[in-house]
Amino acid sequence: MTFINYASREINCKIVYYGPGLCGKTTNLQYIFDSTAPQSKGKLISLATETDRTLFFDFMPLELGTVRGFKTRFHLYTVPGQVFYDASRKLILKGVDGVVFVADSQEERMDANIESLYNLEENLQSQGYDLMKIPYVLQLNKRDLTNIIPVEDLAAELQRKGEPVVEAVASTGAGVFDTLKAVAKQVLTELRKS
Amino acid sequence: MADTPILLREKQYHQIKAVLARLRLDSAAKVVFLVDKDGQEIASLGEVGNLDTTSLASLAAGNVAATGGMAQLIGEKEFPTLSHEGERESIHISVIGRLLLVVVFDDRSSLGLVKLRSKQISQQLATLFNEIANADNGDLESPFAGITDEDIDSLFN
Repeated sequence: MTFINYASREINCKIVYYGPGLCGKTTNLQYIFDSTAPQSKGKLISLATETDRTLFFDFMPLELGTVRGFKTRFHLYTVPGQVFYDASRKLILKGVDGVVFVADSQEERMDANIESLYNLEENLQSQGYDLMKIPYVLQLNKRDLTNIIPVEDLAAELQRKGEPVVEAVASTGAGVFDTLKAVAKQVLTELRKS
Repeated sequence: MADTPILLREKQYHQIKAVLARLRLDSAAKVVFLVDKDGQEIASLGEVGNLDTTSLASLAAGNVAATGGMAQLIGEKEFPTLSHEGERESIHISVIGRLLLVVVFDDRSSLGLVKLRSKQISQQLATLFNEIANADNGDLESPFAGITDEDIDSLFN
């Protein structure tokens, strides 16, 4: 939920990166963290297992700059992708302003993408949101690998409402900021409407 | 559809700060802060220093959400208070509707005192925040009303 503080002239929005296990959600955040100036970011908090799998969430606050005298800050979260962490995923979606679905482009992960996307729709619904109405971007990650599905086929299967589709290689940063920009733009445009 | 934004006016912000200041004094706490259940920090007060209150707010909300989930699994609505005691520093969290009141304290205070004082001001904070959530903000000019696509693009340049 967007929080606008007229006293400190700050706007805070929440963006959640969703997707199947090992699709690159944390890598997206890590890249944003690594390539952002220190004064624009807070700490990257990762609640992960000993083998670096996300256990609860990753979090980083990112300050983008000033709009009409208000500091614009985005709180970026990832969810744990593994199927059995569903209760955690639901909790993290509370108060969300925009969602990025990170799809794994590899052929063998297609079923996992579809399952995770259904899970996103269900969990949004359980929190009172509708995927069709919320700011949303589809990122097709791992485009540098060899065993990938063509963009058109992935989009045909995973695109839900004409949302922006961004090709990415999160490990090198390709498409990472384009994705963030696409979702942030929708969130701010929604705020303009309301 | 996202939720309606929370708009916090300057006067309300200072009212909240005043309540937190009194709690801090009465409970001999180091830092007191108020967080939305979604992890947004609303106000903080005290010896903040290098304390990363943004991360602490997010983790406090995650903590309450996780224990709230456990509560529901055993048939409780939620756990209204959480305490974490360290060797030197401790944290007490009270759930007040959709707010979390977080108090950081050390051996200058005690868990009992913090609990008591937190409980005493809970109702006041709940009333204040209720007014904020239900306020008619028609007179308030949205910072986004006149925002252009160029303004948004400029954030990323």
